[in-house]
Amino acid sequence: MTTRREFLKTGLAGGLLLNLAACSRPAKNDGRAQVLSALIPVMLAGALTTQPEDASRQINRTLSGVEAAINGLSLAAQAEIGELFDLLTFPLTRMLAAGLWSPWKDATPASLNAFLESWRHSRFDLLKSGYAALHDLILGTWYAQPESWAVIGYPGPPMLK
Amino acid sequence: MMRDTFREGLATGWKHIDASDLTADTRYEADVVIIGSGAGGGVTAEILAQAGLKVIIIEEGPLRTSNDFQMREAEAYPTLYQESAARKTADKAINILQGRCVGGSTTVNWTSSFRTPPETLNWWQTAHGLKSLSVEAMAPWFAKMEQRLNVGRWHLAPNENNAVLARGAEKLGIPVAVIPRNVKECWNLGYCGMGCPTNAKQSMLLTTLPTALNLGATLISRLRAERLEFSGQQAIRLLASALKIDGLHPSGVRVTVHARHFVLAGGAINSPALLLRSKAPDPHGVLGKRTFLHPTVISSGLFDHDIAGYAGTPQSIYSDHFLHNAAVDGPLGFKLEVPPLHPVLFSTTLQGFGESHARLMQNFARSQTILALVRDGFHPQSKGGQVNLRRDGSPVLDYPLNETYWEAARRALLAMAEIQFAAGASWVTPVHEGTPGYTSWAEARKLLAELPLAPLICRVVSAHVMGGCAMAASPEGGVVGDDGRHFQIANLSIHDGSVFPTSIGANPQLSIYGLVARNASMLAAALTD
Repeated sequence: MTTRREFLKTGLAGGLLLNLAACSRPAKNDGRAQVLSALIPVMLAGALTTQPEDASRQINRTLSGVEAAINGLSLAAQAEIGELFDLLTFPLTRMLAAGLWSPWKDATPASLNAFLESWRHSRFDLLKSGYAALHDLILGTWYAQPESWAVIGYPGPPMLK
Repeated sequence: MMRDTFREGLATGWKHIDASDLTADTRYEADVVIIGSGAGGGVTAEILAQAGLKVIIIEEGPLRTSNDFQMREAEAYPTLYQESAARKTADKAINILQGRCVGGSTTVNWTSSFRTPPETLNWWQTAHGLKSLSVEAMAPWFAKMEQRLNVGRWHLAPNENNAVLARGAEKLGIPVAVIPRNVKECWNLGYCGMGCPTNAKQSMLLTTLPTALNLGATLISRLRAERLEFSGQQAIRLLASALKIDGLHPSGVRVTVHARHFVLAGGAINSPALLLRSKAPDPHGVLGKRTFLHPTVISSGLFDHDIAGYAGTPQSIYSDHFLHNAAVDGPLGFKLEVPPLHPVLFSTTLQGFGESHARLMQNFARSQTILALVRDGFHPQSKGGQVNLRRDGSPVLDYPLNETYWEAARRALLAMAEIQFAAGASWVTPVHEGTPGYTSWAEARKLLAELPLAPLICRVVSAHVMGGCAMAASPEGGVVGDDGRHFQIANLSIHDGSVFPTSIGANPQLSIYGLVARNASMLAAALTD
């Protein structure tokens, strides 16, 4: 059970970080693409092909799929996802909240893995729900693609005659 | 090409307006405007149109019909569900599946059709003062709707996903039964949740809405009901916004609808939200409160043979054994069912990421999953959630999961694991971020007893939203009477699952159909008097 004190702490810390990130919102949204390009291979490790060229094609396809999925969410959810990526993009909050000292494109798979694990098991609901959003967006996009079905033994929908 | 009976009806001249096509502000007038085209709206539209009333049905989602239903999650979730099937409670701990299309959730539900259980109706009579809603008084209404929607016990063998629930339970002496479904000439495909491509599911899209349209009713899709305007004890008009073709952004075109009577049928999050936005009278502070979800926990098991949970009727077997272990208001009981397993739903629900998640997915076709739908709203500490408005006026449900809930969730996870091991599972895991799963019932029993259960660690989902505009014997206790009539606004009725004073304890569609058939018939009589 969340105690009142924990709740205040989560609310306060979360609010501060989000405000910090919002104040420094970049003019363009290519930060989101950078974050996703770094996280997709980690989230999809074991599912992506090991062929580097094909993997990079798969990552790009997933990236556009995630963007499309975000654009289909309710406007309120899109705004929240926007805040999440602001938090991850702005260097200070990236370091404070995600524990990532290098920019996304330079982050090692180990540090990205550690970031996802730390949010997944965070004390703070805000960070846990941030992890859940990344999880659902990336994995949902991946397994929505017919190309991902053969390896899991899903034949796809039946043909209707 | 499969016949698309709804499109055929449109070709005969049914009145359907896609509000995204409107280019100028528009005013409509009717005897009754019905907001929402799902279980409540559909049944109301049919009964009022049959009584000779001029009806307009308003739906926020798009019109999609059988030829649009391609059995692909990537298309179905964004077009047919509220918030792309990613609607969540305020703390993001519960994911909520609700329809948002013509036919509402009846277009995408898994067809399970249960009458309101007797213990629920009895509780409403004794604890909520709803004296008229006895099992005997409601039986003819359920019978009427069962006949109307061709509800019958599923006659084919269950798919393996359901059969495992039956086998495991029977080994343990836990009774199971076959689920009644609202289908006709069902192909047993397994894609009910993405819209029925063969017009077998007797959803509102195929039944009540066509009847109403044949009788001259008007259906307006992609139109968002913003608020009602009141004058004294009367609702005067509905203000609505046309949506763009993306179904998300208002196009700027405003629509007003004038009517003698207004029926809210937007479901148990959107109906209270519309009243909150409208600043409807709420003298006793009950509006939007006591919203229930059957908050559901999930157990996934691995088998040595194909389960193929994506194929075949999604839900055909259930057990109510754990609803009957204690008093209805005692420790929370739960209903056991299984869900259909499709790649997006399964992968996003499963815990973990990277290699461990990929391994779970490689076993997708041999995975079997059980759901425990926890019955909320009866125990004194099971008070449900509250619908609030965001700054933009959109609704958000705040539903705290407390110790009373987690105690039941733990019993449910134990019961499901035991059943799965009894049926031959080699490995079982609760859907939970903090466990590697278990390889025997002995191990599961020991470790599940100590597993920390908390929001956003243990996955909780819901496909049944109920309450928020509760029926009550008097205005102190709720928003409407048992006839669905609003206590303060004389020409306003609520005909959807939001009127339930507790959860149902079963998949709610037939509970909505039966109660609404009763209340719409009374309304028709009153309006044609």
